[in-house]
Amino acid sequence: MLSKSDRDYGTPPRTSDRLVTLEVDGREVTVPEGTSVLRAAALADVAIPKLCATDALEPFGSCRLCLVQVEGRNGYPASCTTPAEPGMKVRTKSEMLERLRRGLMELYMSDHPPDRAACAGNGNCELHAMADVVGLGEVRYGGDGRNHLAARRDASNPYFAFDPARCIVCSRCVRACEEIQGTFALTIDGRGFNSVVSPSQHQPFLESECVSCGACVQACPTDALIEKSMLEKGVAARSVTTTCGYCGVGCSFKAEVKGDEIVRMLPHKDGMPNHGHACVKGRFAWGYATHPDRVLRPMVREGTSDAWREVSWEEAIGCAAKRLREIQAKYGLGSIGGITSSRCTNEETYLVQKMVRAAFGNNNVDTCARVCHSPTGYGLKTAFGTSAGTQDFDSVLHADVMLVTGCNPTDGHPVFASLMKRRLREGAKLIVADPRAIDLVRTPHIEAAYHLQLLPGTNVALINAITHVVLSEGLAKEDFVRERCEWPAYELWKKFILEKRNSPEVMAPLIGTPADQIRAAARLYATARNAVIYYGLGVTEHSQGSTMVLGMANLAMATGNLGREGVGVNPLRGQNNVQGSCDMGSFPHELTGYRHLSDAATRGSFEAAWGVKLDPEPGLRIPNMFDAALDGSFKGLYVEGEDIAQSDPNTHHVAAALSAMECVIVHDIFFNETAKFAHVFLPGSSFLEKDGTFTNSERRISRVRKVLPPMAGKADWEVTCELSTAFGYPMHYAHPCEIMEEIARLTPTFAGVSYEKLDRLGSVQWPCNDKAPAGTPVMHIGQFVRGKGRFVITEYIPTDEKTGPRFPLILTTGRILFQYNVGTQTRRTANVVWHHEDLLEIHPHDAEQRGVRDGAWVKISSRAGETTMRAQITERVPPGVVYTTFHHQSSGTNLVTTENSDWATNCPEYKVTAVQVMPAAGPGAHRAAGQGADARAAVDR
Amino acid sequence: MDQHQNGFDPAAVAAIGSRLKDRPGALMLILHEIQDRFGYVPRGAAPIIAQALNLSRAEVHGVATFYHDFRHQPPGRDVIRLCRAEACQAMGAVALAEHVRGRLGVEFGETTRDGAFTLEAVYCLGNCGCSPAMVLAGELHGRVSLARFDELLAERKEGRR
Repeated sequence: MLSKSDRDYGTPPRTSDRLVTLEVDGREVTVPEGTSVLRAAALADVAIPKLCATDALEPFGSCRLCLVQVEGRNGYPASCTTPAEPGMKVRTKSEMLERLRRGLMELYMSDHPPDRAACAGNGNCELHAMADVVGLGEVRYGGDGRNHLAARRDASNPYFAFDPARCIVCSRCVRACEEIQGTFALTIDGRGFNSVVSPSQHQPFLESECVSCGACVQACPTDALIEKSMLEKGVAARSVTTTCGYCGVGCSFKAEVKGDEIVRMLPHKDGMPNHGHACVKGRFAWGYATHPDRVLRPMVREGTSDAWREVSWEEAIGCAAKRLREIQAKYGLGSIGGITSSRCTNEETYLVQKMVRAAFGNNNVDTCARVCHSPTGYGLKTAFGTSAGTQDFDSVLHADVMLVTGCNPTDGHPVFASLMKRRLREGAKLIVADPRAIDLVRTPHIEAAYHLQLLPGTNVALINAITHVVLSEGLAKEDFVRERCEWPAYELWKKFILEKRNSPEVMAPLIGTPADQIRAAARLYATARNAVIYYGLGVTEHSQGSTMVLGMANLAMATGNLGREGVGVNPLRGQNNVQGSCDMGSFPHELTGYRHLSDAATRGSFEAAWGVKLDPEPGLRIPNMFDAALDGSFKGLYVEGEDIAQSDPNTHHVAAALSAMECVIVHDIFFNETAKFAHVFLPGSSFLEKDGTFTNSERRISRVRKVLPPMAGKADWEVTCELSTAFGYPMHYAHPCEIMEEIARLTPTFAGVSYEKLDRLGSVQWPCNDKAPAGTPVMHIGQFVRGKGRFVITEYIPTDEKTGPRFPLILTTGRILFQYNVGTQTRRTANVVWHHEDLLEIHPHDAEQRGVRDGAWVKISSRAGETTMRAQITERVPPGVVYTTFHHQSSGTNLVTTENSDWATNCPEYKVTAVQVMPAAGPGAHRAAGQGADARAAVDR
Repeated sequence: MDQHQNGFDPAAVAAIGSRLKDRPGALMLILHEIQDRFGYVPRGAAPIIAQALNLSRAEVHGVATFYHDFRHQPPGRDVIRLCRAEACQAMGAVALAEHVRGRLGVEFGETTRDGAFTLEAVYCLGNCGCSPAMVLAGELHGRVSLARFDELLAERKEGRR
């Protein structure tokens, strides 16, 4: 069911150079050719009754309610399927039309529950609204005939219910599943009177192919498909437009609220990243925000073996500041630091790095982006001059070939995946380079032209081989390179790439993919009109993560695939604000906007604004903080919104480092794994409880608006301000908009950003300044940000993490649709119905060799440690490779990952761990320990 | 021939799918061939067909249930398809239908308890000139009077022995 406040034009917009002028009820209206009469009428403010039509879906013409009369033509055509024509004179009202519409509505209502008061749509229901519009009074047919009123309700999905008795079989749900989501999980079973909406093979929703995106629920014009939260709480009283707190797509939502309770999250029709679509996480899995596990009172304790004591905010903040000051007095200026989070707002992240630099007086600040996309920042900055993706999401609709590598969009970035799938169904070609057969390799109506199933750790070998084909077969666009890139660097690089050792034939045995497939894929990419690269952590989380980013930049430059729509090199960011947290100067060597600390002018502007002297030397990165903690020189840490003990690699090492510190301050909404090592716990606020901004994967800055008051009384930015003030560096802002004003003043790429502008435009993509006041959807048009694009030689150096007799398999990791990262949020929602434990995917051949049975416990060991989980035997992974997700704390995935990392940025090599897998009798010891963690609550509540 | 009543054989369905998947309108061809082979479209066939054609199970299910001609249960050993369209009705099909139901003891869409016959309605066999018409065990018969029906039924039972 749509939001009452959303206007619906009936059919989607059309773009055309040719315009058509027609007359609707005497009003003249001009529309692009191909526009329906229904939409043209709506644009002329003439509302034609309709049920099966909605502007999110292609016209269907089944309900017949939108029929009209056209002068000079016979009959009563449906206005949704009739294109507007020049000079057309349309009548939408006449006695005959009214009689026809009333007759139709009467038939609909004759097979609909008569008790209107029981309609959960209560005011939003389009069916009842239309009954009013056509003036239907009573239904003459009585209730004795055959009808569907006794049909069985399906409440199997945890978030929505389907009541066929209330269904009018308009197929909006079926079409939404196909056109918007691209899953094709719904159909109509039977025909005529027996027609009924059917998930898969007339199964309950939960057992069907449904991925619970909710597009069908939103499309339903009645209360047949409805959110259970709406059934429980009723229709909302108000709505607040805000931005999703899950992945880097950054969908815009209307949070519908009744009192202090959220009724539902409805994707915002005008939201640029999502255009009214959402996924099971953003739309439905927000219950964690009010979960009883939320810690709502600040806590302190002396040592980590002592019991927690609930204290006032003042005491907790005072205690944290005092301990940090004492540590600094004892161990030196550099003995403390902070970690910002990609889950927090730009404003909050900015404040944390400001506190570290201005209050702590060092640069020991880093962000969790260190462990995900730091190579993106490094690589794209080096090649193009900007640490960000080159395109907006909608650019994909102009792509002819997509190279998708090291990401799994249907699971990790589902709303963008739906957009990709739409373009693929239109005929774009797909190359997937991934060790695992992700869903995009083959899913209804989508099939990759090539699946280059490379071995984990051979990305650079593959990109070099692909580029070798492009250059050796004369497919490079050297006129583009000559005009746009540094030519001498190109020539050097070209000589390197053309060396025979980089050819597919030589590299193929290492990569594990046949040379002819690499050649064919390279040709497909290089000869496309528009070819685009999308990638994720499967690129960055390697010892050569930065090299691979550079390799992809080289490929795109060499083929001229930059600087226009439909092309580019695009990281899909894992968390909602990875881009933003990096933009905000979270890295130890950079101030906002990726400007190096060593630059005196930049430093000077901050020194003037902050009234302090800044240390020009970069501070410690996260792994350096751990190492320094172990050698005794780093003793105090403030962690905002990140669970380093669970999400960073080599858990034993992290635990030892945290244990060696004298003051760990955890600022989080839940008592996470890191909190077990903490001395001060500051309750965080969820994205629903504060104002601010998030910046998504396409550099789009969107407003986060306070929907509910902070449950623990304070928004995170307020807490950071108070901590800084208590530490001795006063920070006072009345509202986050003032923080953004400061950011805009100090950051050239943000100079034109303000809350006023964001409210006005909805969102903007940086750079946003005098040159681009409305922001920049596509970067590097005409010229790269750094001037000339730079080719960097990308020598393939195999990782140190090698398989051998002891650890013969490679473990790699990824995500699943229903869970999010370390699961802190999604595990506290009904999403566990779909995924309640992480499984180890193993190829049948490897399983058979080891006597591993499907569903049985296995022990996974590496040189770093060991863990246990259940096995899932599947051919999604090739022999020699095993795969798991890391959503459940009990899986202990990071007990086995190693401290290997990217040479340039220290981004951990999560994606390659040499392991052995053996049958186990049952779950291992760490799982029991994990249970204890979840049961900790007794102490502090 | 639709009188085969083999059990559902996933490998055979997969073979049909892979043989026909690249033909135009492959889904209909595959559904027909499966019905010819098994007498019906087994529920378990949909995922296999979906896999072969890269469709969703829902899409296969939607098409298979749209056409009345596709059965979803195994039929009796012989299928009787009685025309109930206008021309046949005008020539006595209403009475014939009544007679057939009584003789077999089943309604349209049902199978006799001994599994011998399934009675199906059909709307025009293109044999209007010789109404009323019926197909028995794959063979078309015209001018089917009540007596003629009994005769054909007896012959069929006889022939089976």
